[in-house]
Amino acid sequence: MSYLRIAWSYFRVNVLNELAYRTNFFVQVLEAFLELIVALGGVMVVYSHTDNLGGWTAPELRTLIGVYMMVGGAIALVLQPGMQLLMEDVRKGTLDFILTKPADAQLLVSVRQVQIWKLTDILLGIVLLIVSMLQMGQSLSGVQVLNFAVTMLAGGAIIYSFCLMLATLTFWFVRMENVLFIFNSMYDAGRWPLTLYPRWLRGILTFVVPVGFAVTVPSQALLGKLDGGTLLLTIALAVFMLVASRLFWLFGVRHYSGASA
Amino acid sequence: MRLLKIYRAMFTTFMAIHLQYRASLLIWLLAFFIEPVVYLAVWMAVANAQGGMVGGFSAPDFAAYFIASMMIHHATFDWHMWEFEFRIRNGALSPLLLKPVHPIHGDLIENINYKLLTLPVMVVAAVVLILTFKPSIQADAAHLALGALAVLLGFAVRFTFDWALALVAFWTTRVNAINQAYFTLMVFFSGRLAPLSLLPEPMQQIADFLPFQWVIAFPISLILGRIPLEQARSGFAMQLLWICIGGTVLALTWRAGLKRYSAVGA
Repeated sequence: MSYLRIAWSYFRVNVLNELAYRTNFFVQVLEAFLELIVALGGVMVVYSHTDNLGGWTAPELRTLIGVYMMVGGAIALVLQPGMQLLMEDVRKGTLDFILTKPADAQLLVSVRQVQIWKLTDILLGIVLLIVSMLQMGQSLSGVQVLNFAVTMLAGGAIIYSFCLMLATLTFWFVRMENVLFIFNSMYDAGRWPLTLYPRWLRGILTFVVPVGFAVTVPSQALLGKLDGGTLLLTIALAVFMLVASRLFWLFGVRHYSGASA
Repeated sequence: MRLLKIYRAMFTTFMAIHLQYRASLLIWLLAFFIEPVVYLAVWMAVANAQGGMVGGFSAPDFAAYFIASMMIHHATFDWHMWEFEFRIRNGALSPLLLKPVHPIHGDLIENINYKLLTLPVMVVAAVVLILTFKPSIQADAAHLALGALAVLLGFAVRFTFDWALALVAFWTTRVNAINQAYFTLMVFFSGRLAPLSLLPEPMQQIADFLPFQWVIAFPISLILGRIPLEQARSGFAMQLLWICIGGTVLALTWRAGLKRYSAVGA
């Protein structure tokens, strides 16, 4: 419980800080809408020539884009700022201030920086998801909703662990900003179902940069396209990644050499 | 002559700078690689779903189109709009203004140097994509030669407009959203999302009032031999027209912007 309290107080401080810069909010809303326009415009152009893309209809694909925006928003909300700050701290040696605090350092680096305006991306994604689901007029079964919740959590855990492992590399390679750029470029490819891609790219997007588990799989779950095997694989991978990233983090921290050393 | 000498000196300087950051150079290229592969995969899926052809494009035609798009996007892109905010906020523009040549010369040479250094990697990427997607390539020498010229002019179109856009930083430091809006227009109306003939009618009409198709779509069509040589002339005329418009906008904003520049941090 104290972990939640720590996360909450960091969140509050961040919110208070950000509220001082309210124009950022409007800029962020504009950017979120632009991203939505690119994604939906692409879908519109593509579906003006076909009504089925690799087994996905237009509203189904819009649902996927909703998930894409939610997950992308969550990454930009907490993951990316936290990891960026971690890299900076390791370079400057200011990670000392985190390591000497009595709480778990992995928790602190994961929650201490929040870009709250990215909540607009998440909200927009949710709206898009709901509108697309209503358009299809399909009734949702309880299993679908449950599967969606489980795969979202698992996908989030996989992405979190993946980003943490990338950021942990910063203990050895000090200049890692580019890695985030790689991640963002690859994440863009998650706007379309992975099943469209040639096998090698699908492999990369599933196991090297696990975008597939975070976006395609939850969408499939919500649309009732998910098979049991993938579901189990996703959960198993999530558990494995959480454990692996934890161990890697502990190993990495031991390599940290301290302030201006 | 004097300018040529300056260019040569700048070229060696930027070469040294760029070679310092080899890893970053390579990693940037990834963005050029992912986007066309994504749209290529999407459009190939559409073509296959429609029995092999969509609007005059078969799957191998799409492959050729998007591989060409990747190379031309790389050849024509620039990054001033990201740099100018920093230059103005930190006053890094001041030393550039003290130099006896306009800062645009340095940006041009830096750009060319970056392109030459990274071109081999892009060629390898293109070869990989050619082997993977087996595009249909029928090109004759005349189309290729004129296509190369079109790429150069397309670069000039993009360079002038992008530089003018970068100057917005004189008025606001929140350039991010403006840049993104500009890129959104570019993705749709340059032909990077899809061949322009596949866009809905109203979007095609909008594209005619924007410079972007002359940067990407027109050079692609020439290189792939999709437009007859006789039509190339009017295309070149349009490119020159847009270079003039972009150049005028650029000159005007530069003059107005400099008056506002207060050399922060100087």
